Amino acid sequence: MTTTTAPAAGAVAPRHHTPVRRPSLLRLTGVELRKLVDTRAGRWLLITIGLTTAAIVTLQLIYAGEADQTFLNFFVPSLLPVSVLLPVLGILSITSEWSQRTALTTYALVPRRERVVAAKLFAVMLTALASVLASLAVAAVGTLVASATGGAGTWEFDWSLVLNAAVLQVTSVLMGAAFGLLLLNPPLAIVGYLLLPTLWGVLGEMVKPLRGPSEWLDTSKTMEPLFSSDAVTGGQWGRIAVSLLVWMVLPLAAGLFRTLRREVS
Amino acid sequence: MITVENLTKRYGPHPAVDDVSFQCEPGTVTGFLGPNGAGKSTTMRMICGLTTPTAGRATVSGHPYQELPNPGREVGVLLDASAQHAGRTGREALTLSAYTMGLDRREVAAKLDLVGLNAVAAKRRVRAYSLGMRQRLGLAHALLGDPRVLILDEPANGLDPEGIFWMRGLLRDFADRGGTVLLSSHLLREVEAVADRLVVIGGGRIVAQGDKNELLAGGGTVVRARDSAALRRALEVANLSAADSSEGLLVQADAEAVGQAAADAGVALAELRPASGGGLEQLFLTLTAGESTKEAVR
Repeated sequence: MTTTTAPAAGAVAPRHHTPVRRPSLLRLTGVELRKLVDTRAGRWLLITIGLTTAAIVTLQLIYAGEADQTFLNFFVPSLLPVSVLLPVLGILSITSEWSQRTALTTYALVPRRERVVAAKLFAVMLTALASVLASLAVAAVGTLVASATGGAGTWEFDWSLVLNAAVLQVTSVLMGAAFGLLLLNPPLAIVGYLLLPTLWGVLGEMVKPLRGPSEWLDTSKTMEPLFSSDAVTGGQWGRIAVSLLVWMVLPLAAGLFRTLRREVS
Repeated sequence: MITVENLTKRYGPHPAVDDVSFQCEPGTVTGFLGPNGAGKSTTMRMICGLTTPTAGRATVSGHPYQELPNPGREVGVLLDASAQHAGRTGREALTLSAYTMGLDRREVAAKLDLVGLNAVAAKRRVRAYSLGMRQRLGLAHALLGDPRVLILDEPANGLDPEGIFWMRGLLRDFADRGGTVLLSSHLLREVEAVADRLVVIGGGRIVAQGDKNELLAGGGTVVRARDSAALRRALEVANLSAADSSEGLLVQADAEAVGQAAADAGVALAELRPASGGGLEQLFLTLTAGESTKEAVR
């Protein structure tokens, strides 16, 4: 034990202070961003996301044909592993409050729980956007290295791809957060998030009558155009929207409802 | 100031808290007593807006908890010392809350110092804390926003005797300066030493509440006679209920009435005194007898 007996009486005097304002959403978002990095688990998850991007680019520098070593070809493939890891970040951000029981503190300080949830969603969305910037930066470094080592190193790039990437990563992290809100338990949410869409994908392949709907509802199919270097068509955006309604908006709404009503203990 | 009005919480058909009402005034320490599972924690969670009551309401400083703009600045809450992220350091746990409340960073160091967690302890992860250290961290957390009200659930749990003595002084001082303290415990001695008022709960219902001294005075009378069968008959004639205790018969009446009943029957007494020896413990056991056995299954 590292304790002393120093009553320091004056310090516990209840003060009468000026009326206090409630914490702004900006402040709460700052708190949630800090929570993403102030534990070892959170820090390593972010580092892993960064390292995966770097690893993909490095592998391409070694194994891809010299003509393929372009900015575009470094950038697009690095999005996929990140889009798999970001939902885990979203899930943990929401569920660790319950598994670590910090919800007791968090919701005692901010009893309007929807404000905490909003701050968490903002925080993980900002992280998703930052991951796109990281992918761009790593791709740029890869391109520079490629042009120095005899690769193509061309910078030709359609900037609408950045928009696609942002949509992909933000919706990925939000889908994770939605599952976290709905299931409120880390292992359950992670397994649920990984398993359900896959299961749906398999069923869509196996069961003929489901093949039509799965074109609209299987996120692994609807999101595919976001990885390609071709422009996403209006019809493809429509399918993305419909699949996100089912896998992101509905769980978010139901999860918010559940989180607001749940007993914190 | 804490006001609790007819709070009720049912889990299915089982009432965990049943029509509980009490008030905690500024300048007082209220001891919230009851056996485990009596509904203390559920009541406290309802006051803090963490559990939705089935019926009734509670206010802190005149407002429902959810309507306090920045609750941490008005009321310090410690409901479970173990409810901290195991992977954060003690200092980080406080820093997050200080930032949420909009407090100066210096408050964190000041409160860590106040509860006796030194720089080495503050840098360690909560995982490595003993229960006593977690309680101290929780207390620092509750005091962080310089609140006027404290709500503490079993804060003495895990503290060593020296720590308990220290905490008593801290809470007494807080109340003497105009603060309101609601403190739950099943450690009777702990509450008896620091509380001004008592609220005793058993099986979800309030079984006694009031000024500590008045409640203790109502502990009954201990009476003993060589011929205890005759004494028992005498008390029956006088319509006084008597229960066996290790020291003699415990009668729920004052000494005068018991003495008169014995004299009327011509029974010579060997001992007659207020049952103050057991103090609160006696009261507590009397009031919650039977309740503790049907602990809430949660």
